[in-house]
Amino acid sequence: MRNPCSQRIVDIAPSGIRKFFDVVSEMKDAVSLGVGEPDFDTPWHIRDEGIYSLDRGRTFYTSNAGLKELKVEISNYLNRHYGLEYDPIHEIVVTVGGSEAIDIALRAMLDPGDEVIIPQPSYVSYVPCTILANGTPVIVELKEENEFRLTKQELLDAITPKTKILIMPFPNNPTGAIMEKEDLEEIAKICVEKDIFVLSDEIYSALTYKGKHVSIASMPGMKERTVLINGFSKSHAMTGWRLGYACAPREILEQMLKIHQFAIMCAPTTSQYAGVEAMKNGDSDIEHMRQEYNGRRRFLMHRFHQMGLDCFEPYGAFYVFPSIKKFGMTSEEFATRLLESQKVAVVPGTAFGACGEGFLRISYAYSLEDLKIALDRMEKFIKEIS
Amino acid sequence: MREQLLSIIEKNSRIDLKEVAIILGCEEETVINELQEMEEEGIICGYHTMINWDKTNVDKVMALIEVRVTPQRGRGFDQVAERIYQYPEVSSCYLMSGAYDIMVILEGKTLKEVAGFVTDKLSTIDDVTSTATHFILKKYKDHGTVMKKRKKDEREVFTP
Repeated sequence: MRNPCSQRIVDIAPSGIRKFFDVVSEMKDAVSLGVGEPDFDTPWHIRDEGIYSLDRGRTFYTSNAGLKELKVEISNYLNRHYGLEYDPIHEIVVTVGGSEAIDIALRAMLDPGDEVIIPQPSYVSYVPCTILANGTPVIVELKEENEFRLTKQELLDAITPKTKILIMPFPNNPTGAIMEKEDLEEIAKICVEKDIFVLSDEIYSALTYKGKHVSIASMPGMKERTVLINGFSKSHAMTGWRLGYACAPREILEQMLKIHQFAIMCAPTTSQYAGVEAMKNGDSDIEHMRQEYNGRRRFLMHRFHQMGLDCFEPYGAFYVFPSIKKFGMTSEEFATRLLESQKVAVVPGTAFGACGEGFLRISYAYSLEDLKIALDRMEKFIKEIS
Repeated sequence: MREQLLSIIEKNSRIDLKEVAIILGCEEETVINELQEMEEEGIICGYHTMINWDKTNVDKVMALIEVRVTPQRGRGFDQVAERIYQYPEVSSCYLMSGAYDIMVILEGKTLKEVAGFVTDKLSTIDDVTSTATHFILKKYKDHGTVMKKRKKDEREVFTP
């Protein structure tokens, strides 16, 4: 028999988080600090709206780009929070989570050989999605001394004549890094000068702890060269609803919409109706959850400091990214030994790029009680090894 | 700061104040001072415990009583309300808009005890014109707390 599989796909390595957590799920009394999704339930008024839409028999497809009402509300939301102006009819597509938006944006924009600059450590999908879209990933290794922000020089060094897209993953998973207005201004200027497009993945934009998030799309000259990606998973604790969106100039969006309509049809209808409620009446939920996360973030930083774990202070998402370099182990060794000795699961930084070596991703999407148990065990482990 | 502090201790009044300070990003002393000030200002009126009495062997009956009264000249409803809320059996007492005037939440050991209070004490107050008593059969949620076991973490392992 011939090889049934595409060699291009076979060559893509599976995600590094997986194998680790298969072990964890088998282990009794293990506590995990590895989950990358909110611990909150979706606020009840949003769930209720989803149930109501089912009650009313709204079980049809929606138009490909999404319910008009939802797109209008998304447009209002982006305007209210980030001062962005998007035409709901021509510049917004509702997707199956932010992850679909990443995929269709890359596929709609890349030709073979086009280079995509990907800052790392970052979300694990950018590289494989770039490869699947025939692009060539160019990795920029972000540095702890810059608080894992992308600097002007790092960007300039990565640009070649083939560079087409820069991915901007901020607030960042796994480091928790943010980019503030002044940081973005420098990056935006280069993008305009060098005629580079930006795919800005702002899925964690609602979760920042040092002033309000700024979107690179709001910088002068950037809206026309930015695909903005966002969604409901992190802001409204709606991961399982699979609901996200992309905003882009009409020219790009039309091509994205083609892939979306042939491959996906439309985002889930029930989720879209719930999404309307989330956009309209969910702002206070976001603030409530943000404050809760912020308290946990401070608590974690405090405890790390006490137990002698070095960590730069992150101001976004729900992750901290402590350094374990001083213990003379690799991230994977540290994570494995921590799991074996104290049954605490964390994700080695290397799962998010080679430059994640020497770091761990720790999620605080857990209740304070759970965090305390896990931190006590971590403290014991650190005493053991130092 | 006050608002956040209140919402934390409203949910858990026994929380370690050192911890509260860390969560709020301030000094422990600031938290202690704020709390003391709010106690003095009457913003914080007590630190109670949520108990699900249904799970104990103690018998408790709760009733919600709608009371209609004739308001008094110059004093409105306040004087009648005061006569009612002085009874230790009364756990809450509110002035209401709508079909009746005062709502009384009453705690007793037995149905008979509650009934006795209504007939002997409440209805005999001069300005009370009528009462309607509703017994509480089951508490699903009280003071923002659902009377159920804590939910398990059901999040699945997924990639990425």
